[in-house]
Amino acid sequence: MSTTLEPTGTPVPSSAARGITGASVRPGDRVFLGLSRGAGLLILLTMASIAIFLVVKAIPALQANTANFLTSTAWFPDQSPAVFGIAALVFGTVMTSIVAMVLAVPVGIGIALFIAHYAPRRLATALGFVTDLLAAVPSIIFGMWGLQFLTPHMEGLGEWLNTYLGFIPIFTNTLGLYSKSILIAGVVLAIMILPTISAITREVFVQVPRDHIEAALALGATRWEMVRLSIFPFAKPGMISAAMLGLGRALGETIAVALILSASYDINRHITEPGGNTFAANIALRWNEAGPIGLSALVASGLVLFVITLVVNMGARAVIARRAEFSGAN
Amino acid sequence: MAKRIDVTDLDIYYGSFKAVEGATLSIEPRSVTAFIGPSGCGKSTMLRALNRMHEVIPGAYVEGKVLLDGEDLYGANVDPVNVRRTIGMVFQRPNPFPTMSIRDNVVAGLRLDGTRRKKAELDEIAERSLRGANLWDEVKDRLHRPGSGLSGGQQQRLCIARAIAVEPQVLLMDEPCSALDPISTLAIEDLIEQLKERFTIVIVTHNMQQAARVSDTTGFFNLSGIGKPGKLVEMAETDVIFSNPTQQATEDYISGRFG
Repeated sequence: MSTTLEPTGTPVPSSAARGITGASVRPGDRVFLGLSRGAGLLILLTMASIAIFLVVKAIPALQANTANFLTSTAWFPDQSPAVFGIAALVFGTVMTSIVAMVLAVPVGIGIALFIAHYAPRRLATALGFVTDLLAAVPSIIFGMWGLQFLTPHMEGLGEWLNTYLGFIPIFTNTLGLYSKSILIAGVVLAIMILPTISAITREVFVQVPRDHIEAALALGATRWEMVRLSIFPFAKPGMISAAMLGLGRALGETIAVALILSASYDINRHITEPGGNTFAANIALRWNEAGPIGLSALVASGLVLFVITLVVNMGARAVIARRAEFSGAN
Repeated sequence: MAKRIDVTDLDIYYGSFKAVEGATLSIEPRSVTAFIGPSGCGKSTMLRALNRMHEVIPGAYVEGKVLLDGEDLYGANVDPVNVRRTIGMVFQRPNPFPTMSIRDNVVAGLRLDGTRRKKAELDEIAERSLRGANLWDEVKDRLHRPGSGLSGGQQQRLCIARAIAVEPQVLLMDEPCSALDPISTLAIEDLIEQLKERFTIVIVTHNMQQAARVSDTTGFFNLSGIGKPGKLVEMAETDVIFSNPTQQATEDYISGRFG
């Protein structure tokens, strides 16, 4: 996920205890310097090689493609001539992720806040433990649960949305079918990323210095005012990072989405209706049956996913950096 | 703008631990009262009990009475939030809100009481409070810079400005100079001298010279042993405490024989 990297060169300590002459760099420092530099370089090389791999492998399909890669919704890369585009994949990926973020971010922050600053200590410990455990549950488990348990229970919600909020285009349902939809995939993603978000934000919330909390309380702040005055401003970069980690997981989630969505290549704005597809799910579903150009086309779609996550991350970092001067760090 | 405090037979507990026992004292309006004593003697706890800040620690409670102009701060339907709006506090380490500008720090408390104020009014209060804290001239050109960019002494005066911006009845100071250099300490002490014309001030200090310099009344706290509760040994006019204390323990402490 994280893409920028600060090289971790250690400052070289000057003279030490035993006399004042001699080599100014000790062997231990040299070894550590080498190791940390090596680790830094390794990450950069890995990133670079992934990017190069994606570009090189994507070129054959992009050259063979006769449709517009960005705006076409068809996916027939192994036909002759090849016709494919990522529009539907972008739509499905972004929509499932938006649904997931809209649901998971506020709830995740709420859970973290409750655990860190409202719950009695014993309950807080237990809840924190459970969220951390949930964050580690493999996504296939969420996928199966979403398909078998959540889908039937979600149909009522889909109907309700259609009946009462159907005037909003995305909640309209003209088919009368409510399963295997982007909404359900989004809800499962939300549940999947919820523990990630709340575990990280909780970690940040408990690090807010006591000084800041007391500053607010001594001014006559209520608990909630204290949260707004002291906790949120201090924790904001961490909250954004947590949301971005969750978003990264949602954007790239494969198995759970592949199990739930009934794969289709159209852009259907009615998110309670069956159908839709995402980059990751499409790659997983298509990889085994794909011919040479088909594989290359899938890699090309992977390249787009890669770029999307990069852009999202850099955007988040820009937000954090914008008010660095006012951050809790100084 | 200043009220008196009367404490009667106050025991302060943190859970099952009794931190202060049987404190009875009176604090006159528009005066400076100093609490001195060795570490762990309960003087900071006593201070925090005056605006219920000790309740920030779960399980803390008191037995006894704390009256602010006759009104019991621990009465059944008293909201600690309102107590803290009436009795402000300045801490040992300067703690301006790091994400706020200097001006926003000063008016932070005014945004809590529910009344909407115009920007011009807030600006005026910010200026008045910063002047009141002897900080205006140093920061008037950078009101919109972060408060965390100031020096330690300036940050502490910023915190004092923030505390007096809400016009409290009483100002509590918990070792306000212990993290500051001597020049900044002097600036704060001068400020305390001016502030007592408007506020009732209670200050906890480790520095006996400071207590002697700034306070009108001094209370000496001590504890009879490790794990035992702290007690108010004696309280009197500062001159009397430092020249002619009635208790041997006070005499020993102020003459530097222990503590």
